[in-house]
Amino acid sequence: MEKDGVSKSARVLWKLSCFFRKFIVSTLSVGPIPAHVAFIMDGNRRYAKQRNLEEGEGHNAGYLALKFMVYYCLELGIKHVTAYAFSIDNFKRSPEGVQRIMDLMVEKIEEELSQVDNTYSKMGIRIHFSGNLELLSQPTKDAVKRLMAATAKNSKVLLTICFAYTSTNEIVHAIEQTCQEKMADQMELEEPNVVKLADIEKHMYMAVAPDPDIIIRTSGESRLSNFLLWQSANCSLICFSQLWPAISFWHLLWAVLKFQRNYYYFEKKKKQI
Amino acid sequence: MDFKKEVRIVCGWIAYFGDLLLRLLWHLVHVIISLFYFTLGIANALESYLISWGVLKRYRSLHVNKLRYLAIVVESEEAYETSKIIALLQWLADIGVKHVCLYDMEGILKKSKDFILAKVDGAVLYGETHENNKLLDQTHMTLEFASFCDGKEAVAKAANVLFMKYVKSGATDQNQKGHIFTESQMSEALKTIGSGGPEPDLLLVYGPARCHLGFPAWRIRYTEIVHMGPLKSMKYGSLIKAIHKFTRVQQNYGK
Repeated sequence: MEKDGVSKSARVLWKLSCFFRKFIVSTLSVGPIPAHVAFIMDGNRRYAKQRNLEEGEGHNAGYLALKFMVYYCLELGIKHVTAYAFSIDNFKRSPEGVQRIMDLMVEKIEEELSQVDNTYSKMGIRIHFSGNLELLSQPTKDAVKRLMAATAKNSKVLLTICFAYTSTNEIVHAIEQTCQEKMADQMELEEPNVVKLADIEKHMYMAVAPDPDIIIRTSGESRLSNFLLWQSANCSLICFSQLWPAISFWHLLWAVLKFQRNYYYFEKKKKQI
Repeated sequence: MDFKKEVRIVCGWIAYFGDLLLRLLWHLVHVIISLFYFTLGIANALESYLISWGVLKRYRSLHVNKLRYLAIVVESEEAYETSKIIALLQWLADIGVKHVCLYDMEGILKKSKDFILAKVDGAVLYGETHENNKLLDQTHMTLEFASFCDGKEAVAKAANVLFMKYVKSGATDQNQKGHIFTESQMSEALKTIGSGGPEPDLLLVYGPARCHLGFPAWRIRYTEIVHMGPLKSMKYGSLIKAIHKFTRVQQNYGK
């Protein structure tokens, strides 16, 4: 990652930390590395409040933390990263609070597309948005679609941003899509068409990625808040007490070590399904 | 040529020993982590005994009314330990928990349902309490038994119920764009097929890892999920601590 306008000593420190992380990654890679890590990015507003900052600064800090975490996942060889950026339940917040997040999303997308700060493209990251995008305003929807199109050919890491997403909405949407598909086929069939589990699963928003191996939630909360409920049957759920903007490489390292401790247990569980 | 060959051999040995060193380091890291968890286990055990004996004041009063519905997820291999399950349920009854859902992936607990209901004092099967018999609800513990087939497979069955309604409504692909079902309709469809239990406030996982093992996804949107460790080393004090911690949680529900 380039850090333009930063002092030489900071760059040297960054290079040293990269070397140190490479060594840690080499050690960690002796064991199994998760294919998919998901994050519930909780605590941006509390972070801003604790530091007497405006709420928007908390979300900015949260965005930066996500960028770093994606970079660390890339270093570790984790192919799929999912982040819970905005829940459908979050629409209950004040209109100003919601608009702040939408504006931040559009701003960061424009920076990426205009190459002001196109870190994701440079890292070879494909970005996909999962959720009920019809709930978004037209400018946000357009920005999201343009970013997905612009990064479609990248293949090092798939970063899925869950935006306007809840698991229950995802399940209902998948059933709707399945029913419409079955209805279309029904005309040609004599027997009543039957909805199967595989039909529903292929219409899930998260069908783009395998089931997560780890879900990390920050801020000390121990619930999933309607995130990846369908996909997390055999997933290690890890929570950290730190707020999302304060998450670091060490938290990811700890999560991967815990995953490695329980790897054979979860492999056995997956075979049982 | 000999020099190049020798360099290749030396590099090969360096790579081999480097790889060996990394492997040793990896194992050492995991040994240290295991020692850490062992020490943590001893500390947690000590704390749970102190809680059980009433030494720690903050755990003496428990606002268990806040816990309306509790789910217990048990690793299927441990679900055969019905004596442990019964002991756990007795502890919950003593604490004052009224409604419990027992879940294991393979349905072992479902098969032991009758035995468990017979052994736990005052336990009745969820769904057998009648709406007009509220006294029964207050004095008895209701038990629900669930397994993996009440999760995704139940959603598929509910989807078929919704699909039949959709077909009967005469809607076609051309005139039915956008949303055709709501989450409420999905909840009703799940109730129709007998998988419409309430959402637990708290889910305790007894097993090697913190994972809900396929508990019905529709029911754990905002459920607090707590890992209790293996069932064989369950402790009363740890149960009190988990419930106490739950009663202090505040949820925004997205706000």
